[in-house]
Amino acid sequence: MAKKIHVNGKLVTVSADDATPLLWVLREHLELTGTKFGCGIAQCGACTVHLDGQPVRSCVYPLSAITENQKITTIEGLSEDTNHPIQQAWAALDTPQCGYCQSGMIMACAALLDSNPNPSDDDINSTITNICRCGTFQRVREGIHLAAEIKAGKKVAKEMNSEQTETTNAVEFFDPNAASEQSSNALYTEVKA
Amino acid sequence: MSTHTIAVSRRRFLISTGAAGAGLSLGMMLPIGAHAAKSEKQPDEVNAWVVIHPDDTVVVRIARSEMGQGTLTGLVQMVAEELECNWDNVSWEYPTPGQSLERNRVWGNFSTGGSQGIRGSEKYVREGGAIARTLLVEAGANKLKDKPADCYAENGYVISKRSKKKVRFGEIASDAAQLVPPTEVTLKDPKDWKLIGKPIKRLDTQDKLNGKQVYGADLKLPGMLNASIKACPVFGGTVASFDESKVMKLPGVKSVVKVDDNAVAVIADTWWQAKTALDQLPIKWNEGPNANVSQADIEKSLTEGLTSDKDVFVGNENGDVNAGLKSAAKVVEATYHYPYQNHATMEPMNATAKWTKDRCEVWCPTQNGETALAAAADAAGLPQEQCDVYKIHLGGGFGRRASSHDYVRQSVLIAKAMPGTPIKLLWTREEDMQHGHYHPVTKARMVGGLNKEGYLDSLHMRISGQSIVAAIFPNFLKDGKDPFVFQGMMAEGDQAISYGIKNLLVDHAMRNPHVPPGFWRGVNANQNMVYMESFLDELAEAGSKDPLDFRRNLMKDHPKSLAVLEAVAKKSGWGQKSPKGIHRGLAVCNAFGSYVAACAEVSVDKSGAVVLERIVAATDPGHAVNPQQIEAQVSGSFVYGLSAMLYGECTVKDGHIEQSNFHDFPSLKIAQMPKVDTIVMPSGGFWGGVGEPTIAVAAPAVLNAIYAATGKRVRQLPLTKYSDVKIA
Repeated sequence: MAKKIHVNGKLVTVSADDATPLLWVLREHLELTGTKFGCGIAQCGACTVHLDGQPVRSCVYPLSAITENQKITTIEGLSEDTNHPIQQAWAALDTPQCGYCQSGMIMACAALLDSNPNPSDDDINSTITNICRCGTFQRVREGIHLAAEIKAGKKVAKEMNSEQTETTNAVEFFDPNAASEQSSNALYTEVKA
Repeated sequence: MSTHTIAVSRRRFLISTGAAGAGLSLGMMLPIGAHAAKSEKQPDEVNAWVVIHPDDTVVVRIARSEMGQGTLTGLVQMVAEELECNWDNVSWEYPTPGQSLERNRVWGNFSTGGSQGIRGSEKYVREGGAIARTLLVEAGANKLKDKPADCYAENGYVISKRSKKKVRFGEIASDAAQLVPPTEVTLKDPKDWKLIGKPIKRLDTQDKLNGKQVYGADLKLPGMLNASIKACPVFGGTVASFDESKVMKLPGVKSVVKVDDNAVAVIADTWWQAKTALDQLPIKWNEGPNANVSQADIEKSLTEGLTSDKDVFVGNENGDVNAGLKSAAKVVEATYHYPYQNHATMEPMNATAKWTKDRCEVWCPTQNGETALAAAADAAGLPQEQCDVYKIHLGGGFGRRASSHDYVRQSVLIAKAMPGTPIKLLWTREEDMQHGHYHPVTKARMVGGLNKEGYLDSLHMRISGQSIVAAIFPNFLKDGKDPFVFQGMMAEGDQAISYGIKNLLVDHAMRNPHVPPGFWRGVNANQNMVYMESFLDELAEAGSKDPLDFRRNLMKDHPKSLAVLEAVAKKSGWGQKSPKGIHRGLAVCNAFGSYVAACAEVSVDKSGAVVLERIVAATDPGHAVNPQQIEAQVSGSFVYGLSAMLYGECTVKDGHIEQSNFHDFPSLKIAQMPKVDTIVMPSGGFWGGVGEPTIAVAAPAVLNAIYAATGKRVRQLPLTKYSDVKIA
């Protein structure tokens, strides 16, 4: 049956069974495949979208529960030119690995930042429950803090989109070439990459 | 030919203009509904590895798969290093395994596992870049009317040393392609590297930020249908019957098909329709010979193996362990257990296939395009020459998509039911959880003998349990022995023990339950290091020794292992007064060609729960291609390893896996994630892997720290199930 829903700023008509989860309406009826299927039981968060700005797990949200007045935002509609502060921070840090969970992760983190411009680590811990099997959490956490700075105007994205990744604080690299010029004990000469 | 852009880097505009200009680039532009792009040599293909378009765009061909581990970027760095092109102009593409077959495997091995992506191809990939550069220099010299010996390549130009005149790569690529390639090239000395060793950004980030990256599960082809599948929950069982009349009238349903003898699939317009119909389909199973096997049976078999003489293989032996233990001042014994784990890639198994009697094409995430092609051809009933596989970025691999292409086989068998129609098969998470190829189950009995000074003289490690190789590559067994089961404990090579022990015996009682095992990120080093490194701490305590001092005593002939251990000890402040409430644990490992160590720090909160505070990890991979990506692998590997240690277990009941989704197979969340400080310390001279080795040190380092904090020695995993240690 036909129903109108509001997705990424557009009112669209979908013909799907009322019990179809929003995830599959987005993916199979609107071709918005950025929102991912991971578990189907709201455990992993890969399907996170915004419903009136709030993060929801679309894999368990039936079409019947959505009204024409509610505004749905998917990863495709989060920003123009991939420039939401979370996306800018993710680009600067090269956060994604396989990337499959990242649509949902980014949507969850964007919702956090939209409601809490400067989240603490505890805020992050209690809010972000998405699963990432590649294990990008360290960069996700750093990325949320960086995004908060970008949002507050303390950092500018342009500087960060250089050829090399924003060096995370968490890596020490002993460059053997540089080190060998300085010391015979190459392994223990600390040289920042 | 309709095309669909599937993998576009942040240099998208360069690629799309380049591809449009030449109209020949393959891989970046995925051919859909047509045969593969032409696989004969293209006019601007300098050699198999390098295509340079007239606008200077450089396309590097990559045979290994990108699944998040960053190998793609690392391999492009290595080709570009030798090529001397301008990095800003670089993009990449996947050749298909079918094209490789046609060209006598010009791209070598497609296998992306065992942390081999870089180390397994570094030489011929760099040579590919160097040969292309040599050809460009010759073509450039001709153009500049100079001798090749008097010209050099730099930053995308060929330059005459004398006249200083230069010519762009894009102007001479098609000339270079006509020249005879050199039979020998000299690779750069590592000290001259400009790209290798630099924390260059990944080439595949941008589309992962905005939903544009297409994974196998997202693929859409014209006229495509969707399929959902259910296999007999009991391994070895078959389909007895099903009643398709109950679902054929449901919306969208096109067909119900039996797949091999053990599964049923519903084909429908949308996947949700197919899945909904499959849920309502009455299926009766013949559960077969394993229907009564349960976890207790498997445990019993493994426990028997701990002391048995039957089917025992020696992996590493020196000295006389029996005599050593007999004369030891003190003998310590402990038994450890490591459970089945599902890979649980975020993207469930999937593949899209189109079959006709003359040709079969498959689009799928795979860690090995060639194995996927073989599986597709076998299922299609066609020679490989009449098939091809288009690789798509993987939503996680971890070994699940490396050797077992059951999902590819199924997709082809389903497509055969509707010739000419592309059909996408996507597994539910439940199907994925219950039909994995699991991290094998093992136990170990550890017996150690201390000398009168309290140091280790004699060690017997008896592993009992499952062999992956016996199930997947039985041809690789050596007189029945699976050498790979001794990973991290071998006598020599890139999986060797990190210690010199006077009397040592490591042996394996092979016990193979019916549950299919598979290579799971870190593989056998995972449990072997839990056993070895936990037990070393038990021995150190029995000898009243500091765990670092106890290990040092065994590492005189293992300087690289000692170096990484000392590095984490130094950075974490081992031996100095620790901050209040912080307790530490160490672990070291040599696996996948790299030397790694970790120092974990934990605290105990007011409720008595353990907080994972920090892990300091050091890796010596010989050469470090991209330190930022190594850091990402190390940090990420801890999530995988600690998820397994804390929560992960698949158990068997009535022949099937009991767990079905992330609610009963949980994964570590950001709240539990310790801070990870990574030390990358390449000592040069060799190439080690980085995707896997550090997983093996995560669990034992944390377990040792937990013991230091709580006095509780956890010997059976996962910790949250088999101990009363609470995790915050």
